[in-house]
Amino acid sequence: MRSFKWLVPTVYIVFLMLPIYWLLNMSFKTTNEILGSFTLWPQTFTLENYQTIFSSSEWLGGYANSLQYVVLNTVLSVAVALPAAYAFSRYRFLGDKHLFFWLLTNRMAPPAVFALPFIQLYSAVGLFDTPWAVAIAHCLFNIPLAVWILEGFMSGVPKELDETAYIDGYSFPRFFTRIFIPTITAGIGVTMFFCFMFSWVELLLAKSLTSVNAKPIAAVMTKTASSSGYELGLLAAAGSLTLIPGAIVIWFVRNYIAKGFALGRV
Amino acid sequence: MSTKTQNNHAWWLVLPVVLLVAFNAVIPLMTVVNYSVQETFGDNVFFFEGVRWFQDILASERFHDALGRQFLFTAIILAIEIPLGVIIALCMPRKGVWVSVCLVLMSLPLLIPWNVVGAMWNIFALPDIGLLGKTLNALGFDYNYTREPMDAWFTVIAMDVWHWTSLVALLAYAGLTSIPDAYFQAARIDGASAWSVFRYIQLPKMKRVLTIAILLRFMDSFMIYTEPFVLTGGGPGNTTTFLSIDLVKMALGQFDLGPAAAMSIIYFLIILLVSWVFYTVTMRNED
Repeated sequence: MRSFKWLVPTVYIVFLMLPIYWLLNMSFKTTNEILGSFTLWPQTFTLENYQTIFSSSEWLGGYANSLQYVVLNTVLSVAVALPAAYAFSRYRFLGDKHLFFWLLTNRMAPPAVFALPFIQLYSAVGLFDTPWAVAIAHCLFNIPLAVWILEGFMSGVPKELDETAYIDGYSFPRFFTRIFIPTITAGIGVTMFFCFMFSWVELLLAKSLTSVNAKPIAAVMTKTASSSGYELGLLAAAGSLTLIPGAIVIWFVRNYIAKGFALGRV
Repeated sequence: MSTKTQNNHAWWLVLPVVLLVAFNAVIPLMTVVNYSVQETFGDNVFFFEGVRWFQDILASERFHDALGRQFLFTAIILAIEIPLGVIIALCMPRKGVWVSVCLVLMSLPLLIPWNVVGAMWNIFALPDIGLLGKTLNALGFDYNYTREPMDAWFTVIAMDVWHWTSLVALLAYAGLTSIPDAYFQAARIDGASAWSVFRYIQLPKMKRVLTIAILLRFMDSFMIYTEPFVLTGGGPGNTTTFLSIDLVKMALGQFDLGPAAAMSIIYFLIILLVSWVFYTVTMRNED
């Protein structure tokens, strides 16, 4: 009985890989082969779909735009969440519990509710159709999450560390940047991973807040799917390319990922 | 945990977060509330309508149907993903290279943009050229998710299980790995059965992370939009039109600002209420 345990994760991972395999499979096929026959692997292997993407400024621009707002959002979220998480983990202050709950309620807000007001708000402040609009809009759900995870990690750091540093004559900013941040690098890594993840996968707000200049890759894909008939091969190739940033990021944080999912609270 | 000191200057540390989130949350929420009590015929002319839109939405069959579908969907995926995730976590290796391999491969679906998830399952499930659709049809099922409501539901649920079970499994795994080995040794000496080890050691230790898992899965499945929209477009008919899809249709498609805003507020309040009740009940039992 015990020795067959490995079967469960194996079967599950095979189930996870099947649709991904099918996407990759499609991306290397010609349109004729996709529509004309059912084949388990490409009979006429082609890189044509990828060539189309890499020679088009619209496609490449889409990837660049997406990565741009994701990186902006990650940096912004973590930068403002760090001091806030420190305050929540170390101090009691007026309205702290209410504030924390209010922050979390924003994680519960459906993006669909905010799509229209966001378009108006970001048009009014002149940020519409810039990466900044999406980066700041994604803060709505990423900042609460970042504060939550970082607070978990920081609460695990003994308070004596702070007290000793203050006795040694460190000022708060110097202590925070020189001593405290280096001790929770794992937590920061996990937090950045989560911010990256949720900003990278979100589409509704990213699409609503951009039109031409800052269009994310997801929007370019949707347009291709609807305008030029149904180019499945091209769509599959574009989809396959969106797997790469995620895969790279996972590889970097693989040892911390489980702890991060528990929001540092295990 | 360590005791916290009272210090109201800590407000300066949370100020940037408060400002940034307030900019994103308070102003749009005010806009929504504003719309929800007014009627407009364009040209930025508004008339006060009071609670009419709320009465309309609460009485409308369209909203009841979408809400019913939403609760059914969330209940089904929770009933599948939570036990499945726990089982997978229990069976995962504890140490060695396979741990990293499992974690990396299992995280992969979580980092795929949601429209790509929809597109991927669309291609995967096509009855004529998709691996899943073709296989099911070859096995004798009459499967076509663009035509048959039951098939569409099956596909949307399979997609969500594919997409999110890893989150539950990783959380449960994090809870399991935090149990000291001594517990298991003690259980072995006492001759405890596998079931009692699970019931009295592993399950209590996973309670915290499972609470997080259920909360996150509830919230996110209740807000689901992109994946089913790309996969089925809410169809066939309206059979997979969940709340967010319905809302976007109303707000951006038909531009019915008043009803859409009223629906937004009801929608948000339902999520808040369920999350709050669940959270307080589980946390009370913990004490």
